[in-house]
Amino acid sequence: MAISKIWVVAEPTDSGLTTTTLELLSAARSLAGTVEAVTWGPNGAASATVAGEYGATVLHDVGDIGTSLPGAPVASAIAGAIAAGNGPDAILIPTSGDGRDIAGRLSAKCDLPVLTNITGLVGGDSLTTEHPVFGGTKIVSARFTGTGPGIFVVRAKSFAPEPSGGGAASVSPLAVGDLGNTNSSVVVSRHVEERTGPKLDEAPVVVSGGRGLGEASNYALIEELAKLLNGAPGASRAIVDAGWVPYANQVGQTGKTVKPDVYLACGISGATQHMVGMKGSKNIIAINKDADAPIFTVADLGIVGDVHKVLPALIEALKSR
Amino acid sequence: MNVVVCVKQIPDPAAPQSLEPGSNTLDRSGKLILDDSDAYGVEMALQLAEQAGGGEVTLVSMAPNGETAGLRTALAMGAAKAILVSDDALKGADALTTAKVLAAAISRAGADLVVAATESSDGYTGTTPVQVAEILGLPSITFAKAVSIDGSTVKVDRQTEAGYDEVTAPLPAVVTVTAGVVEPRYPSFKGIMAAKSKPVETLSLADLGLANNGGGQEITSVADAEARAAGEIVVDEGDGAQRIVSFLEQLKIV
Repeated sequence: MAISKIWVVAEPTDSGLTTTTLELLSAARSLAGTVEAVTWGPNGAASATVAGEYGATVLHDVGDIGTSLPGAPVASAIAGAIAAGNGPDAILIPTSGDGRDIAGRLSAKCDLPVLTNITGLVGGDSLTTEHPVFGGTKIVSARFTGTGPGIFVVRAKSFAPEPSGGGAASVSPLAVGDLGNTNSSVVVSRHVEERTGPKLDEAPVVVSGGRGLGEASNYALIEELAKLLNGAPGASRAIVDAGWVPYANQVGQTGKTVKPDVYLACGISGATQHMVGMKGSKNIIAINKDADAPIFTVADLGIVGDVHKVLPALIEALKSR
Repeated sequence: MNVVVCVKQIPDPAAPQSLEPGSNTLDRSGKLILDDSDAYGVEMALQLAEQAGGGEVTLVSMAPNGETAGLRTALAMGAAKAILVSDDALKGADALTTAKVLAAAISRAGADLVVAATESSDGYTGTTPVQVAEILGLPSITFAKAVSIDGSTVKVDRQTEAGYDEVTAPLPAVVTVTAGVVEPRYPSFKGIMAAKSKPVETLSLADLGLANNGGGQEITSVADAEARAAGEIVVDEGDGAQRIVSFLEQLKIV
């Protein structure tokens, strides 16, 4: 079955659509003749301009979901369109908490398989997907074999966001079906953790810390160094899980994917979980006391040493310039 | 309150991993252990059951060759019993097939709350728990960094890009927890001994009235990723910081 129409799940932000959404819309244009988007939220229609600018001709709007999580209603709306014969040939979904919720529910609802952690898509009669495994040392290619639209969950920064110059997408409401009990989760309140400086996934320099820092208070060194380099502080999952820093700082499989000019890994061993999120950085510097740490396999400059000595000396050297 | 925890038994991540020739799926023929990510769910479930003042924790798992090593670890932590689905027909099963199997096992156990990890440490698919929720017609809250029970409601702090959301759902519900949500206990000697005699019910697909329809996806090839050029790795002799400064200068970052 040739791929002629792709739907992209377009995740709304306060001011438009997520960058990953724009990346997926851009990729979809090179894979299918018709690209359409599916969004939700109180201001869904306001995204018609940006969705169109990146190539969507139609914006299917699920509408305001109130205090619901997006998973159940958005999956239900897409499933309804598929059941009615109005669905696409493929559905691209950003890798995120909500994206994976939508993908999982849609998959079960339509009895369709789902492919996740995709970092590449190759067009043709069917889409071939690429997935990094074993810390990104190998790439597995896969495809769907059955009928019905494939569900593709794609990682951030897998494609470049490029505007097509298209006009605003036409907005078309997409109805939510009967959700039964599945939609009974309620978002009671939202909490925003303040951050200053450049955004982690956009900063030209990222300085990340891991377990090797020894204790939470040493993360101040990471923040100070990041500031000196006009960069953003990042973290391995280990120290986010340990409660040292907020999840927003996490780089890796379940955190942010970053591709800065320079990535400085301090006291990070380089677990698969972490490597998948930073391996695409242009230059990688690693400081770790264990010479056998996997992080050194991807480092352009590796310092086998104690972060407690190297980091303060580095901060001092940069300050004195 | 009866809590069911979905646990995965995986090849030891510390050992070299390989793909099976032919199917190109992860080789699971060797020794399997409890996925570290699942220890948090097991601990969370034990604490919630204890706080509720009654009920027990049941494990459900799908693994080849009747593997129970990882289940025994979780039983030693304090879970009461386990249901293991082991069937040659499930080799290489995709996430949705796995979810159907787990959902059937959960129905058999009966659950007020289903707990799972956000994702496994070997496959990283991260959709299975939500697929389970949809199959069972239950609400779900993923990415929990704090979980509590208030009567017949589960309250969760759900990690978000910006911070976290407070989300509630009526029980029964499916919750996925991040690592770090609680500190998993180490099994005591007494726990390890007791685990040996705790019931593990091993079922086939037919026992659950299911079949594996193949999943509808296939791996077409495996290739080496483009390797990064080897870097310069040096032992710090007091000049480490200066080497980094020089490197940053070359890149015109400083």
